[in-house]
Amino acid sequence: MESLYGTWHWSISGFLIGMTMLMLIYFGKTFGMSSNLRTLCTIMGAKRQSKYFDFDWRAQKWNLAVVLGAILGGYFATHFLSNGNIVELNANTLLKLQELNIDIPNGKIVPDALFSIEAMFTPKGFIILLLGGFLIGFGTPYAGGCTSGHAITGLSNLQLPSLIAVIGFFIGGLIASYFIIPYLF
Amino acid sequence: MKLIRFVLVGFIFGIILTKSEAISWYRIYEMFQFQSFHMYGIIFTAIVTGVLGIRFFKKKDIKDYKGQPIEIKDKERARFRYIAGGIMFGLGWGLVGCCPGPIFVLLGAGIMSIGVVLLGALIGNFIYGIFKDKIPH
Repeated sequence: MESLYGTWHWSISGFLIGMTMLMLIYFGKTFGMSSNLRTLCTIMGAKRQSKYFDFDWRAQKWNLAVVLGAILGGYFATHFLSNGNIVELNANTLLKLQELNIDIPNGKIVPDALFSIEAMFTPKGFIILLLGGFLIGFGTPYAGGCTSGHAITGLSNLQLPSLIAVIGFFIGGLIASYFIIPYLF
Repeated sequence: MKLIRFVLVGFIFGIILTKSEAISWYRIYEMFQFQSFHMYGIIFTAIVTGVLGIRFFKKKDIKDYKGQPIEIKDKERARFRYIAGGIMFGLGWGLVGCCPGPIFVLLGAGIMSIGVVLLGALIGNFIYGIFKDKIPH
């Protein structure tokens, strides 16, 4: 039981994520989380602004149901399936974080340096979060999918476009990790 | 309610993403620094599971729960949009350490500031929708 409350092994986690995707295929749907952003924009009234948002969002209700479930799952796992022994990082990563003055995990899932309420209310912190979100929100529909749609579903279905997109994800991620984060902190 | 099954799938997905720590900014940073196999192992195992599962569906001609043939749409053939959009998303992923799924899971995990990331993502999606026909794909 101890293992249920700590970090789940990558092999079990990966297998279960693959099964989640297969389950959705069995339910006649395609796994993809980023399309929910478009649906939310449409619901909030973007329909009149562009043809892109002019679609029947009710056809995507199932995907919003997945989102609702994911929020509940995040709550449940954090409150009932955690013993605080989480995010045990490589010692080199810990050193790197200390050099950057980013607080180490110590039982937290995300660093206070970026995600604390105090950080959120500083102009710099707010802009980092908003800009990061903007890149995700603009980049995923442009690329036609995110980690779930391209890296998991697309690659599982042996799609070359998905491989190109995933290479793009990594180019962007490496630039952020090696050049942007050290510059910001 | 036929939506319940999707809430359930999402619920399990949220638990997996939380417990595997794929929602953690730290794990994404560690991945891009090539200092842990954890995230690569997760993605790799998920793909292997997916490849085998989809092959099984196709070989056995499995129908979905409604008895319809299973069909996964091929991705559109293009190149520029995948690399340009991919790099943009990657920059965001590397910076705030989350992709669209984890944004929602983190909201449930009680990380309030992720709301700003979600707001940014909605603005980004909106701007994309406006300029979609004017940018190269």
